[in-house]
Amino acid sequence: MDFTRFMNKFNEIERQLSPTSALRLSFDNISPETEEPPDGNKRLWGVPVPPFVSDKVVSWIEEEFNEAPVFYNGNTVLKKVENVRMIDRYNTKNPTVGTLYLTATHLIFVEPDSNKETWILHMHVASIEKLPLSTTGSPLLIRCKTFLSVTFVIPKDSECHDVYTSLLKLFQPVSINKLYCFNYQPAKDDFPKNAGWDFFKLEAEFKHMLVPNENWTLCSMNEKYELCDTYPRQIYVPKEATTLMLISSSRFRSKGRLPALTYLHNNKASICRCSQPLSGFSARCLEDEQMLEAIRKTNPNTDYMYVVDTRPRINAMANRAAGKGYENEAFYENIKFHFLGIENIHVQRASLQKVLEACEQKSPTMSAFLNALESSGWLKHIRSILDTSSFIANAVDKGVSVVVHCSDGWDRTAQVCSLAQLMLNPYYRTIKGFQALIEKDWLAFGHKFSERCGHIQTDAREVSPIFTQFLDCTWQLMSQRSESFEFNERFLLILHDHVHSCQFGTFVGNCEKDRLDLKLAERTFSLWGFMANHLNEYINPLYKPNVDESIKANLAPQCIKFWRGMYSRFESGIHPREPLGDLLLDSKEHCNSLEDHVQHLTKRIASFKNYISKSAKKLQDATSNTAKVSKEPASAEINDNKYNYDKKLSELSAADDDHPLKASNMSFASLSLNAEQASAPQTLPEEINSVAVDWKPMRNVTTCSCSTPFDQFTKKTHCWRCGDIFCERCIDKNVALPGHDSGKAVPVCRGCFRQMQMQKQSP
Amino acid sequence: MEFADLIKTPKLDGVLLHDPGQAGTGTGAGAPTVGTLCITGHHLLLSARQENSQELWLLHKNIDSVEKRPSLTQNIVVGGIITLKCKDLRIISLEIKSAKEFFNVATSLEALSAIQNTELLYPFFYRPMYTILEDGYTMFRPELEFAKLISGVGMGGVSSPNVANITICMPSTSTTSTTLGSGGGGGIPHPLQNGYAMDALQGGLGGGGSAAIACEWRISNVNRDFSVCATYGATLIVPKAITDEQIVLSAAFRDGGRFPVLSYRHENGATLMRSSQPLSIQGIKRCRADEAILNLVLGRSRKGFIVDTWGKGKSNTETDLHYSQWKKVNRSIGNVSSPASILDSFSRLIEACNDLSCSTDKWLSRLEGSGWLSLVLNSLNASCVVAQCLDQEGSPVLVHGAKGLDSTLIVTSLVQIILNPDCRTVRGIQALIEREWIQAGHPFASRHRYSCYTPSQTRQKTSGATFVLFLDCLYQLYTQFPCSFEFSTQLLILLFEHSHFSQYGTFLCDSERERRELNVHTRTTSLWSYLNRPDVLQTLLNPLYEPNASVIWPSVAPISLELWSDLYLRWVIDQRSCATVMSQIQELVTREKELRTQALKLRKQALELGQEVSEMMSGSADDA
Repeated sequence: MDFTRFMNKFNEIERQLSPTSALRLSFDNISPETEEPPDGNKRLWGVPVPPFVSDKVVSWIEEEFNEAPVFYNGNTVLKKVENVRMIDRYNTKNPTVGTLYLTATHLIFVEPDSNKETWILHMHVASIEKLPLSTTGSPLLIRCKTFLSVTFVIPKDSECHDVYTSLLKLFQPVSINKLYCFNYQPAKDDFPKNAGWDFFKLEAEFKHMLVPNENWTLCSMNEKYELCDTYPRQIYVPKEATTLMLISSSRFRSKGRLPALTYLHNNKASICRCSQPLSGFSARCLEDEQMLEAIRKTNPNTDYMYVVDTRPRINAMANRAAGKGYENEAFYENIKFHFLGIENIHVQRASLQKVLEACEQKSPTMSAFLNALESSGWLKHIRSILDTSSFIANAVDKGVSVVVHCSDGWDRTAQVCSLAQLMLNPYYRTIKGFQALIEKDWLAFGHKFSERCGHIQTDAREVSPIFTQFLDCTWQLMSQRSESFEFNERFLLILHDHVHSCQFGTFVGNCEKDRLDLKLAERTFSLWGFMANHLNEYINPLYKPNVDESIKANLAPQCIKFWRGMYSRFESGIHPREPLGDLLLDSKEHCNSLEDHVQHLTKRIASFKNYISKSAKKLQDATSNTAKVSKEPASAEINDNKYNYDKKLSELSAADDDHPLKASNMSFASLSLNAEQASAPQTLPEEINSVAVDWKPMRNVTTCSCSTPFDQFTKKTHCWRCGDIFCERCIDKNVALPGHDSGKAVPVCRGCFRQMQMQKQSP
Repeated sequence: MEFADLIKTPKLDGVLLHDPGQAGTGTGAGAPTVGTLCITGHHLLLSARQENSQELWLLHKNIDSVEKRPSLTQNIVVGGIITLKCKDLRIISLEIKSAKEFFNVATSLEALSAIQNTELLYPFFYRPMYTILEDGYTMFRPELEFAKLISGVGMGGVSSPNVANITICMPSTSTTSTTLGSGGGGGIPHPLQNGYAMDALQGGLGGGGSAAIACEWRISNVNRDFSVCATYGATLIVPKAITDEQIVLSAAFRDGGRFPVLSYRHENGATLMRSSQPLSIQGIKRCRADEAILNLVLGRSRKGFIVDTWGKGKSNTETDLHYSQWKKVNRSIGNVSSPASILDSFSRLIEACNDLSCSTDKWLSRLEGSGWLSLVLNSLNASCVVAQCLDQEGSPVLVHGAKGLDSTLIVTSLVQIILNPDCRTVRGIQALIEREWIQAGHPFASRHRYSCYTPSQTRQKTSGATFVLFLDCLYQLYTQFPCSFEFSTQLLILLFEHSHFSQYGTFLCDSERERRELNVHTRTTSLWSYLNRPDVLQTLLNPLYEPNASVIWPSVAPISLELWSDLYLRWVIDQRSCATVMSQIQELVTREKELRTQALKLRKQALELGQEVSEMMSGSADDA
């Protein structure tokens, strides 16, 4: 068997084993060095190595692993350690003992007794720490960007050291080309590579806001990123802005990030974003001043506009000494200048660190927890971001345009601009709109995802939870106004995890130009494509579209809550035991299924009635005695008032078939009268059996039939056919049920799928 | 005394009402409304005398503090603002533009809200406008509740059968002839019989069987004239083998005469007892009768637990020497668990909640400083420990604090909610409150005379917020198990309000004895009579309820606790979205049910028609 076939076999096995699991890998992941020259003669464990694998990697693998590879769940295991104890914070007394597998992309811990698996993606690892030796072995503390924190106690120190050094090599690659997304392959028929990359186009998003129009125009000067390389190619500027103004303004702004339109409200008030001016103590730029005046003039309703500097005053002052700074109200006409005091990325990073420490206290008292939460300052920062966003949203709502900047205009500015839009426009509170908002204000306008998330080895001082804060603020709004959001908490968590996972190319790189240079759209999959296949999991069952145009956040400190579901997500013991969100989402799906079924039955009944009425006529004409005789026993069997009533009704409708009032009703019936259906009442039981009226209650279901235990974040899914509950892996088939009118493919379990296949084969 | 003497100004026009709560809902945006003020014997009424404007009705008993701020013009009082801080946590201000009326209104309200004579309170005047279907005062008769407790039949379920001549026995020990089985058919509420001596109740082995406890119980009327214990009810349940004389001796050994009584019997037979602390005055070292009670409860199990909710060294405890089989566990609720200190904490919490303009840091530090959530956490913690002893160890537990009137009751009632699914139903929670709080002698009148807005120096020592703490703990359980409770949190808020001020007599007085003396049961209406009316009950049900037979173990991690904003913040922060969510959930659940019925109905119809069609088809085929 040659290596390629070998690999293909693995991929196949893997797909069979875990077809929907998002976090998977293929065998070729251990050799991502595509730049190396090919060499056809290499062999590894007796099998020829594909040409793209470098000598270095082969020798490294050989050095590291003397034996042929072991496989776990179709993944090549680089290292397997048995008798490892896993300790999580709330379970320090009875650690679970199991086997630890290190693969090229994951660390997998398997508990043999309970069939429970813990998968840790290397990309999610934030830090690895070897703790001092204990009597049971050497502990390895792993903290993840998903806020999972886990300690593995490995019996032998040498083995612990092996795992430790391997992980150090794997968790944060040096080169961006080695990120997981360049190797990730979804299950065979999941979705194509190009899906999602073309979901959002900047032009379309602006067209949505009726831009370009008489005031705003598309500026073509950044087509090749000459004006500003961290901006998108299409930028929208006031029609009045001349080329000179744009160039000069760009030169006068930090990193060339000139004022550009990001949101135009329906009252002509707009939100523009930029970076700080290079004003120093006295410098000024006439063109930049004209540029801001031009922006103000696009909104004829007011004679002033706000310039919001999201930084604390003192930070802005300090920047002046470095030749940067803020707009001088004396030079810029008709502006009202505001400082709004959001701290910088370093403060936010330190704050998150303290939050995690607060969560990790060993058996804390209430006071200790509250004190730690207070001293972290996290909620204070969240509140100040919301506060600034509300200020902008209120101004725009009242018809005043706002220009926003911070230092470089890609962190705090991104946060507050997107949140203000979230408050102002219900579109952004839908799943599609929220994704579009991220595409526009975060990806296109150059939030440095790779640096802020620490995708690759980089300056640790560049890492900061800016996007996490944006999600946190969104969650705060959601918990205050849940009916206004189409998506749920799970949606935010998935977004957060994949911003860090690099499984998809969507968030790789620091700006649009980076992503183009890396050819991500060709080489990697898009998160949006993946999410499009799982939309039903992200629905907020309580969503009421268009309840109101703009929403206002309550900013009282009592209303800003700690997002337990994010930062303590993996502390399984502390969450509500009966998760409302999941239960309600399930009820919603059940309603959908029943509605569809009711629709189908209604049509069936109509067609039956139609048939009866027609043949009743025929019968009347043709025969008189024989039919009556044959029908009698049947009516004797079901001697039911309702039946008689229905019969009468059908007779009635047969009698005045030509009645004008009946026309519409009849046309509906005849429309739905599928000749095949009406003549096939024998398929009715099958149709009825194909839809479960009762769904098994979710409570007290602790394991799937595949004996995978459920914890609070594994999604329990009902089979729409039998109503039983399954884990995600077991419910990977989507088919249309004969008892549904819409013919939409819905989730069914494997058992039901097989049954349906058999029924199809032997009708 | 006549109310008229107290009311100096019965009616006053042109009063400005400032209600910050209205600002929160965004309707009035804080603008004061002008209206006419009326003061009656029990109510303060403010009406804007306009169409579609809401009238403000305030029970005087609801007023916690009256603050006067006279407005001066050239050192002469020309009126002023009266700020009323209410026990339901609302704060409103009345602006009066006349010095005389200002003082008149203020003094009237002060006097009316401070009436001490129980018989002058509103429940004695209130007459319901509806016929009472079920009298709340006879719904949860102690004899019956205890019988259910012992036999393990669902509590608070059926209406009272006539118990006078029924001998209640356990299925396992069927030595006596008749059983409880007459089940609810009788329906005639039985009047309370003081001298009625009940036949022996026999507690057998429960369903669990593992806990080898075979203590038999009986109902004792030793306290029929409240001479043994002033705060207990007249009917009590004690081990069968204990004589009334032994009880009197044990009562003398315990603080306030609160000797150990049965509170709950778990399905595995393990029993929960409560009492007050033992006394150690005048050289009393031990009490053999008290020891006998506990030893009988112990039965064949090797050990029992005594859980002290007051804190080591602060309350007296049983000596190891004389109670050798009982393990002492300290689970104090707070550093100081007195009812007054609980109220202090509650007061600090509400003060912090009302300050919307402070910084996040300040809010968190005040929340921490109030110590309220610590109290909640510790109460839950103590209850879980007790519940664990009962459920997992199968051991009997005795809970006491100092006097056994406050923290003890929190723990014993929470344990039952955790362990017993019946207590999570509407009837069950009512029965529980009746049994563990009202009959058990929690002094509601003294505790709730003053609430959080009264300055701590003017509060009496007996003031407290123990019941509020219990409700908050219950709320925490609710948030963790939102589908396991038959009632919604609205019921908890209702209980919070009615326990402070009410038109119903249920929470009047400090003990059964006082209620008996004032004939509260005949002269007032019970809150339960009102709550159990179908139209009222309907509004208090939890749409998500699905009976949950299992024990509910809550998380007691600090991070799991949630501030009860629905209650504490309802006047200052708009809680409407919370209500919207509830109504949407209701809608969704109803829709699901409706669709299910509709689908089943249509299926039947379709099958019948299908049958007919196929017959017709075969018929026509035959014809052809």
